[in-house]
Amino acid sequence: MAEGILVIGEIAEGQLAQVSGELIGAARQIADAQGGLVNVALFGEGAEGLAQEAIALGADLVYTEDNAALSEYLPERWLTAAQTAVDFADPAVIIASTTPAGRDLATRLAFRLNTGLAQDVIEFEVQGDKVLWTRPCYGGAARAVVSVNTSPVIATIRAKTQESPEADASRSGDTIPLGVELGGDEREKLVNKQIEEKEGIQLEEAAVVVSGGRGLGGPEGFQPLEELAGVLGAAVGASRAVCDLGWYPPSQQVGLTGKTVSPDLYIAVAISGASQHMSGMAGSKTVVAINKDPESNMVKTARYAIIGDFKQVLPALTQEIKRLKG
Amino acid sequence: MNMIVCVKQIPDPETPATAFRVDEANKNVVAAQGIAPVISPYDAQAVEAALRIRDAQGEGKITIISIGAAGARDVIKHALAMGADEGVLIDDPALQNNADPFVTAQVLTAAIQKLGEYDLIICGRAAADWDYGIAPSGIAEMLGIPCVTVARKVEAKNGTVSVDKVLPDGFETVEVQRPAVVTISNELGDPRYPQLRQIMAAARKQVQNWTLADLGLSADQLNRRITIERLYIPAKQSNVEIIEGDTVEAQAANLARRLREAKLI
Repeated sequence: MAEGILVIGEIAEGQLAQVSGELIGAARQIADAQGGLVNVALFGEGAEGLAQEAIALGADLVYTEDNAALSEYLPERWLTAAQTAVDFADPAVIIASTTPAGRDLATRLAFRLNTGLAQDVIEFEVQGDKVLWTRPCYGGAARAVVSVNTSPVIATIRAKTQESPEADASRSGDTIPLGVELGGDEREKLVNKQIEEKEGIQLEEAAVVVSGGRGLGGPEGFQPLEELAGVLGAAVGASRAVCDLGWYPPSQQVGLTGKTVSPDLYIAVAISGASQHMSGMAGSKTVVAINKDPESNMVKTARYAIIGDFKQVLPALTQEIKRLKG
Repeated sequence: MNMIVCVKQIPDPETPATAFRVDEANKNVVAAQGIAPVISPYDAQAVEAALRIRDAQGEGKITIISIGAAGARDVIKHALAMGADEGVLIDDPALQNNADPFVTAQVLTAAIQKLGEYDLIICGRAAADWDYGIAPSGIAEMLGIPCVTVARKVEAKNGTVSVDKVLPDGFETVEVQRPAVVTISNELGDPRYPQLRQIMAAARKQVQNWTLADLGLSADQLNRRITIERLYIPAKQSNVEIIEGDTVEAQAANLARRLREAKLI
């Protein structure tokens, strides 16, 4: 009988992706409750070398396909490799991340395995041999708790919603190279990949994020916001509305369809707080709202708020923080 | 070039939080009074993507499919007014309030097979109600054709389709053989808005009505794979402290002091 968990791991810039560590932590919890092993599948160049890292984080068995042809995500190849890993591991539950690769793969794998999928999970609870998966829906305005009726159960879990386990170098586990036949039927090819140069402080890693919304009135509204970010050593984020309007680059979008951030301090400037945006910053530890509207959702969500015009508040705050930091 | 675009009618995502209600017993969202349902925004962009391809190619037929009750005809009409050619509404009591994307994928696939001719199937990246983003990949899997998800640009080439797929820090261009499924993200840009003349013209375009039986399916054959155990609006409790001060400078100083005390700056 199928038992245990299979985590679809990912490699990011030659390392085991942060989110994969978080998924191994989640898998460990499910396996400890339901029994069975924590299996991890790892595809792409360098997979074998990273297997030990997955074991240190809680994996029992790591299935690798250390093959440069799998370093970039292309669905058919990855599906072939993932299906091979499923055949070996025969898991009760498969979990993947909600990265572009994780989500695309898991969704197609569900149809290939004739089973169901809980998409975009932020919380889960093991209830006997069932898992209840909580996911946002209606743009984050509601939460649905879903279960999957078929086997194996597949779920995609959002980054930064699970604790990454402490690495324990003394843990032992096995690494099994899969030896996948990738086949010749390639109807898809990657022609070009363009990743923006990362400059300045990265949104996802920043301890402080200053974000702007539609209330800024135009791209020029970001100037006093960037000055505040400058004195705070903060990354700058934006709501989807302003990215769609072309006021700020889409790579800085925070929200359901943008990036998920969890800084210590999130300063939301002229953002009303649509569910779509809140979904991306709900993990922030302290939220400050600067907004004209005391009734706005962002003000109600915040720990501290200044009700006023950002054009006056931001320069005053920037000056004050400069003075404090001396 | 035959293009099929799948669209869905949903409660307006711009519904203010104060008007958004959930029926916890029936696990569905209650239609807000006075706020008309709309075409899911990504689906309008999927229609736009198909129209841009037809504009670039100088030819092409665009068929719209939707699953819904009679009222969902409005979103098909909207797509026809944007410039699509024909519509199919799949209306069956067994599909009422369907919230299982595996059923959606099964029914849409059967409808696409019944239409028979397709070079490109375009969908929104997810319907903005349940936010699953599952059905399009399922259509591709069941038809055995390639699929590229979350696109910001789609171009038809000779026998292939070139897709710019959105990534967290950029994009990649993937080229796949046709027929294929592509899903569209908001980065594609605004969909065109129908003019009055087009709305009048759309009234004369044909919309067929199909039931499950027309697709060779029955209610007990539906692939239900997900159970919604609970649906709720997350509780919000506000503990906001409004920072006061006689001047903006005083407010700023008070806020900075709070943040310093909390060791946040």
